[in-house]
Amino acid sequence: MKAIAMVAVVLCGGLLIYGSLDFPDWGDPNSPASTHLSPYFIENAIPDTSVPNIVTAVLADYRGYDTMFETAVIFSAGIACLLLLRMFTPNAPDSRLYRHTPTGVTIRIEQGGKLPENTQEFQRIDLSWVPYDVIVNTGCRLMVPFIQLFALYVIAHGHHSPGGGFQGGVIYGAAVILFAVSKDLRSAIEQVGEKMTAYLSSAGVLIYAGTGLLCLFLGGEYLNYSALAGLLGVDPIAARSHGILIVEVGVGLAVMAVMVSLYYILSSDGKLDEGL
Amino acid sequence: MIWEFEFIILFLVVVCGIGALAVKDLLGASILFGGYSFMMCLLWAIMGAVDVAFTEASVGAGVSTVLFVAAVFRTSRRTKD
Repeated sequence: MKAIAMVAVVLCGGLLIYGSLDFPDWGDPNSPASTHLSPYFIENAIPDTSVPNIVTAVLADYRGYDTMFETAVIFSAGIACLLLLRMFTPNAPDSRLYRHTPTGVTIRIEQGGKLPENTQEFQRIDLSWVPYDVIVNTGCRLMVPFIQLFALYVIAHGHHSPGGGFQGGVIYGAAVILFAVSKDLRSAIEQVGEKMTAYLSSAGVLIYAGTGLLCLFLGGEYLNYSALAGLLGVDPIAARSHGILIVEVGVGLAVMAVMVSLYYILSSDGKLDEGL
Repeated sequence: MIWEFEFIILFLVVVCGIGALAVKDLLGASILFGGYSFMMCLLWAIMGAVDVAFTEASVGAGVSTVLFVAAVFRTSRRTKD
């Protein structure tokens, strides 16, 4: 069986490599992409949209429809993960660990035992708990706001430099995940709750699709941001630039929320109780 | 671009890819997969696709490695059945 699989894999790989030989060379000026598509975008991106980064202009304006469904794909991935892995009726954990903060004594409460009421004195800790580390905790705490600021910069500066909604959203999600890793899952969920991630990811897709619909109502085509000119109070070219920013914010929100919720579900076995 | 540099990165891509398949330990495999993503990111950057490289660095090498590690954390060393 293994030999047959190996033959199939080698055959498929060989066919793929053979197929890739027909591709034009890297950077070939005579390839169809370089003779028909690229000149159009290079010549018209700035007059059309006033966005210096052509990649962003193509991604969010010329092919805005494509990017909208990319966002929808990420949203559905998050929903699928939620429906498949989330355990909505968690059976009670076998045992829980609590630490009595004034004395530093750790107690284990077996299943069915009485749980302590005063949460000021008793701190819940994970079963896979690692001792408090000043360097790791303080270092991560210090880094989180800077990562968040960088993520916002990546989203807002996507017009001028590499970046945009996807990258910025992932970096913002990574900041929340770093907080969850360095502290514990429960304190991260206190900051960005599960409901919050669900709302944010839907809101992101809604912002994108809603912008398109707004253009339709204002007399343009779907996702033709120049129709927003009257609403934003700018000329149609600047309106396309602003429209790109609006949909990038939507993409960023959706991606960030989905990444955080994926991490919550995966790291806690779907119980959102004890995590990494 | 310097071809030796590209060759080393491409070689590391192949090594990381085969290593991620061959290694028995799941945690090691996910870390190798992160290394693979990072090398791919360098390759994109060399070819001038900076936006793709940025996405690969943040999504492939960053968050997906963390998600893999989070999933591996919830597995046990031996199967229970």
